[in-house]
Amino acid sequence: MATAAKTLGFIPRPTAETGFVSWLTTVDHKRIGLMYGVTAFLFFLFGGLEAFVIRLQLMKPNLDVVTADTFNALFTMHATTMIFLAIMPMLAAFMNFLLPLQIGARDVAFPRLNAFSYWSYLGGGIFINTSWVLQVLNPAGRAVPDSGWFGYANLTTVNFSGGMGPDFWTIGLLLLGIGTLVSGFNFITTILNMRAPGMSLMRMPIFSWTTMVTSVLVIFSFPAITVALLMLLFDRQFEANFFNVAAGGNVVFWQHLFWTFGHPEVYILILPAMGIVSEILPTYSRKPLFGYSVMVFSTALIGFMGFTVWSHHMFAVGMGPVVNTIFGLTTMAIAIPTGVKIFNWLSTMWGGRVKFTSAMLFALGFIMCFTIGGLSGFMHALPPANTQQTDTYFIVAHIHYVLIGGSIFAIFGGIYHWFPKFFGRMLDEKLGKWNFWLMFAGFNMFAFPFHFLGLMGMPRRIYTYDTGFGWDFWNMFSTIGVWVLTAGILLFIWNFVQAMRKPAGTLSDPWDARTIEWTTASPPLPYNFKEVPVIAARDDFWYKKYPDAGHGGKAAKKQDQPHAAGAVHGGGHGIHMPGQSYMPALLALGITLLGYGLLFSNMITTIIGVTGIFAGMFGWAFEGDGGTVIEVAGGDD
Amino acid sequence: MSLETAHGHEHAEVTNTGIDNRKLGFWLFLSSETIFFACLLVGYLVYHGQNGSGPTPAELFEIPLTSISTFVLLMSSLSVVLGVFSAQQGHAKAARGWVAATALMGLVFLGFQAYEFTHFYHEGLTLSSSLFGTTFYVLTGFHGAHVAVGVIWLLSLLFHGRKGGLGQDKAGDVEIAGLYWHFVDIVWIVLFTVVYLLEAAM
Ligand SMILES: [Cu+2]
Repeated sequence: MATAAKTLGFIPRPTAETGFVSWLTTVDHKRIGLMYGVTAFLFFLFGGLEAFVIRLQLMKPNLDVVTADTFNALFTMHATTMIFLAIMPMLAAFMNFLLPLQIGARDVAFPRLNAFSYWSYLGGGIFINTSWVLQVLNPAGRAVPDSGWFGYANLTTVNFSGGMGPDFWTIGLLLLGIGTLVSGFNFITTILNMRAPGMSLMRMPIFSWTTMVTSVLVIFSFPAITVALLMLLFDRQFEANFFNVAAGGNVVFWQHLFWTFGHPEVYILILPAMGIVSEILPTYSRKPLFGYSVMVFSTALIGFMGFTVWSHHMFAVGMGPVVNTIFGLTTMAIAIPTGVKIFNWLSTMWGGRVKFTSAMLFALGFIMCFTIGGLSGFMHALPPANTQQTDTYFIVAHIHYVLIGGSIFAIFGGIYHWFPKFFGRMLDEKLGKWNFWLMFAGFNMFAFPFHFLGLMGMPRRIYTYDTGFGWDFWNMFSTIGVWVLTAGILLFIWNFVQAMRKPAGTLSDPWDARTIEWTTASPPLPYNFKEVPVIAARDDFWYKKYPDAGHGGKAAKKQDQPHAAGAVHGGGHGIHMPGQSYMPALLALGITLLGYGLLFSNMITTIIGVTGIFAGMFGWAFEGDGGTVIEVAGGDD
Repeated sequence: MSLETAHGHEHAEVTNTGIDNRKLGFWLFLSSETIFFACLLVGYLVYHGQNGSGPTPAELFEIPLTSISTFVLLMSSLSVVLGVFSAQQGHAKAARGWVAATALMGLVFLGFQAYEFTHFYHEGLTLSSSLFGTTFYVLTGFHGAHVAVGVIWLLSLLFHGRKGGLGQDKAGDVEIAGLYWHFVDIVWIVLFTVVYLLEAAM
């Protein structure tokens, strides 16, 4: 079934369809999506474990569960892990799996680059967590990053962080950035170029739209952090002066560069989550998404405005009243498109026949918690209030409401919703509801008290506190909340394992859903669609099922010519599928080894890494796309 | 099931925009690179004038010399255009010649930069001597690294076309390498103007 083409002239192109090599060399967006999801979930558990220990330490005043140094490492790695290794890649899992299915494509534009993104993510994740291994071997070495997730200069300079922590952090984030950027280029190209006939941009499922805007944010914001990290790398490894105050270096310059990336980053974390929720609500309300065009427009507007507000993270550094006012105003302006979205979600449910499935419950939990997080965010936008709230638990409350109550709830909702499509199996709905209520109650118990603690003046990032500030009760309460939240997550794992033990064989469309990914088999075949679908309306699948449902249905009836343009993507003489390849993993391995070589100033590792990079790149270029043509009998889907 | 060669298929794909996937993806990459260099340049400008006890830009820069290397790099943009054009027209051997000339001019530019760096280093400007040293070497160094990657890319194209030259079947590959080469050139024009010429004008 495969070509005999050889990579580099001597390595045969892999063709395994099962087993380790098939996963190592896969270029199938669905398999890559699953690998992203599983890996990111494991990192999510690890980041959760770090949070668990943090909350144990803070449960009561004057505890010493961990030392102050370890505590610094824990909160730094908790945030770094959750943002870069858990939430972003979990969202990338959805994008990878769903984007081609939603736009009627057989794969992404660059399947091998897609695999490379995953492998470099895995390499970066392992790299940055190697620091824990060194820490365990030599606790005095301070190998784990411990300068906070935004690594403010000059905490990270050699004078103040003599250990390897900032090096692990800097090189690790650079490695992770490469894969993320490549995904960004890949997804935008896929959306602009690979849509099925009739799938105009304004007919695209909303999750694909959020993928598009998120990818644009990625490709324009990641260069800023790349530059910041490279500067820090040069400061630490080669004695450059970027953030060396003695030579005139300006530590606030780091903050500007970091937040030029950092604020778009929070939209990278939330926009796809909004996309997921915007798919779940219409499905279980049995109504189209209210104000689709407005939703698209507000997504794009939020994305654009995300680049104009970065200094709201810096109100307390003394930029002056004029700058503070401008950034306060631009920040408050973002509440407008965001508010529009919230009202559109509510209107989507209004008058619908709402089914309270697990996915729907998570989506509702998202709306509630995200709104609370949005409101506290709006409070930070006022510079006078901000100066009171900066570096207190009020900020911690805000970020957890938008990232757990927001992103994580949406991700769990998305898992319940698309699980049949991912695995051909169903998660248990009863367990799912318990899962939701435990997580919802646990999360609010854990994070809502942070508002009180923050307003009572508890600073973030302190490793312990004295009794008598009135913080004792709410800290205890919050820690108990974490236990409830943990129970919810464990229940999810149980549900997952139980579901996977059953044989696959779910209906292709168990939820009576609206968008075309539900026309495929569950799980979809390697080539997704036997015939490339022809799209006549937004929510095309819905109107094909129910031709009399409003005017989308009429359009679908009128234009329904499934065979008309089948030739656009490889129709006619079979389906061309890209070939598997060792090169993405090899290239990612080379880059990761180069990272280790730089970190330990080890020449041999560096040389092996560079060799791997060259071998990977040349092998890549000379093996070509390769692949096979699959002949499919019949087209009855 | 049947066999199909990789070549020729890539270009058979019809896209929604009409632009080849690789070209569109590459444009996106270049737009991202623009922000990368913009941030580095901002770093240079933010720290402008911080010369510490080391040499100043005015003491070091030799505009005529750098103008020559700039001219060579500009000419290489012309030759890569001719390379792309020849490949599209099917003049495989000519295309190979132009690509080789481009790579050579890139190497000349890198030679000038190596000379400049060593010269400045002997004058006392190092990565750690002052913020000017730090920002200058990192900014122009990253540009130089991009040129070096471009040269390696062009050389591998030559290797690719070692037998039959670079004909129409490889025109797409030459074109994308050409896009990258133009980008690196344009970045240099900005850097030369902002870092060297404005300094001389002040
Ligand atoms: Cu922000």
